[in-house]
Amino acid sequence: MDKKKKRLYIRTAILGVLAGLVIYTLYTNLTKESRGTLEVGEKAPDFVLTDMNGKQHRLSDYEGKGVFLNFWGTWCEPCKKEMPHMEKMAQEYAGEVEILAVNVGESNFQVQNFADQYGLTFPIAIDKSKEVMNTYGVNPLPTTFMITPDGTIDQIVIGGLIAEDQVRALFEQVKP
Amino acid sequence: MGKVKCECGHVNPHGTILCESCGRSLTDEAKKENLVDMRYEGSARRSQTYNKTIIDKVWNFFSSVKVGIWIIVLILVAASFGTILPQEFYIPSNVGPEVYYEDVYGWFGKIYYMIGFHDLYNSIWFSALIAALGVSLVICSLDRVIPLYRALKTQRVDRHESFMKKQRLFAEQPGSLQEADMEKVRAELKKKHYKIREKNGSLLAEKNRFSRWGPYVNHIGLILFLFGAMLRSVQGMYVDELLWIREGETMQIPGTDGEYYVKNDQFTLENYEEGEDSEVFNEAINRVGTVAKNYQTDAILYRDENNGLPGAKPELSEVKHDDIRVNEPMKFDNFAVYQTSFRQDEMKAMHFALTNKETGREFGEVVVDLFDQQAMYDLGNGYKVELLGYYPDFDGFTEEGEPISKSPLPNKPAFLFNMISPEKPDGEVSFVEIQNTMEPLGETTYKMAFKNLETRDVSALTIRKDLTLPILSIGGIIFMIGVIQGAYWNHRRIWIREKDGSIYMAGHTNKNWHGLKREIHTILEGTALPEPEDRQTD
Repeated sequence: MDKKKKRLYIRTAILGVLAGLVIYTLYTNLTKESRGTLEVGEKAPDFVLTDMNGKQHRLSDYEGKGVFLNFWGTWCEPCKKEMPHMEKMAQEYAGEVEILAVNVGESNFQVQNFADQYGLTFPIAIDKSKEVMNTYGVNPLPTTFMITPDGTIDQIVIGGLIAEDQVRALFEQVKP
Repeated sequence: MGKVKCECGHVNPHGTILCESCGRSLTDEAKKENLVDMRYEGSARRSQTYNKTIIDKVWNFFSSVKVGIWIIVLILVAASFGTILPQEFYIPSNVGPEVYYEDVYGWFGKIYYMIGFHDLYNSIWFSALIAALGVSLVICSLDRVIPLYRALKTQRVDRHESFMKKQRLFAEQPGSLQEADMEKVRAELKKKHYKIREKNGSLLAEKNRFSRWGPYVNHIGLILFLFGAMLRSVQGMYVDELLWIREGETMQIPGTDGEYYVKNDQFTLENYEEGEDSEVFNEAINRVGTVAKNYQTDAILYRDENNGLPGAKPELSEVKHDDIRVNEPMKFDNFAVYQTSFRQDEMKAMHFALTNKETGREFGEVVVDLFDQQAMYDLGNGYKVELLGYYPDFDGFTEEGEPISKSPLPNKPAFLFNMISPEKPDGEVSFVEIQNTMEPLGETTYKMAFKNLETRDVSALTIRKDLTLPILSIGGIIFMIGVIQGAYWNHRRIWIREKDGSIYMAGHTNKNWHGLKREIHTILEGTALPEPEDRQTD
């Protein structure tokens, strides 16, 4: 009787180990494509970027405030559409929700030209090495991450924000 | 389920066919057979005897060699489907697979894509089949190697005559063993490296028992191989990345977590030249025009000493210079950087001359770097060129008349210049694209005359790291050891016994019966012992 029990335990253990290995492999292979991309509810990875005025911005410095983290490019049409809304909200929610606009590695001239053209006053940084962009797994532009005052990702918006109300709703969500 | 006690007194596990000790047949079926099945020494494959819990059922399923063979057949058939059309990995990257397969291969391609055969080897069900094979290997081996080991360890010297009678090589003859004959036989057996055990006037000569473990050693190698393949999906074990890098650029090496940067100092493509290189190349040069001799990226490897947060300014310290050529990668840590591909003559900078349209006089040259423009180019003497806009991939105008760029890549650069001269201190606006100039705000006195184009090459590097290779090669080596162990040696046994006035002789080998027969023939030569006959005629 004892021997049979022992055999059952051994078999269970061996099958358990094998099943564990198989499930692990299948799981990692299945999630390989989505690995590296962030999901809502996760902690927003910290980063540091220098804006056009030479000021350093570190995400964790914004704790206690909501963050509108926007990835954009000068050639991207929907980016152009949402910038004026963002500018307006940045004024309205000053001190509560901060905008960080991350350009995906274009030249200083292009970014400055764009900022001047649209009269943007919020901080704009160029991610020259595309490191932050890769960390956030950004593919189509624009992509916006709404980050709560405690640093978690509240929402990920892929594509342009056409209406002002949309942008306002996002700001309301992450307001402290 | 009780144990089975043999007449000889040995207690066998349930399900045993031949007594581990004396060799008597224990089951009715085995008793009826003319020859005993010696594959696993008639030992109990335990899996087939316990079938109570779900664990046992799963175990028994995978323990079956039949199931194992079916899994192998399924894998072979499934793998062959993946070879009908090219896999997703090999199709052109500029077309989506959902379009490509239908466009190129019609309805068949569409179905092929829909079933998921376009990425068969990475599919879940294919991985699951491989995993099932691994499980089957482990369980089949365990279920057979342990009882076999037991049976070979507990085998008695004086096997029961019924066991001997049912061996394939067998002889029986009235008489008794003569000591002189036995001396001779012993000497011959020793010469042939047999291990001899004797008890109660019976003799068992055995050699190369280890060859019976060959298949199991082989399976250990296979399992290790599969384990190594599995480790590829563990982060940090396997990296395979591609990096396009322009001449002069310094970029982070993907897969190194931002620790390493590489600079492309120069890319070179050399061809074989007729007259310069050895004559053997002439024929090929004449046939195809150009024959590449060397693809090379002169690279500088840097380590980032400030690799803290993403986006932090890197502090690069040079690690080494290396020329990356095809098959001669740059190596560092566990990484290897290979020369993979290239693109020649990408636009880098454009030269324009501020020119008076009427007189043709030039007032200096402006070099616009397509990757890093300036807002103002001062030419001196009151001549300046202001850059109002840059459109790297110009694609027409919006309804409001604003130029559009469709991508950030300088494929079709266009510029909006403001040309300032002593005569026109406010400037004149000119829109310049390749081979076309527009004057949107009225005719101008000056123009930006295109002078020159700077180009550079882009090199593609593959970054690879594979920590599973040692495991794969150890697995492969063990696999081969197992094959050799089982293939080049045979487990041979010879039984000699005298009982009730008869001499019994029997022989067994797991393969190469002819060899055993010849060996027995020389051993028995010149003795009165009967030579065992092969009773299996086919």
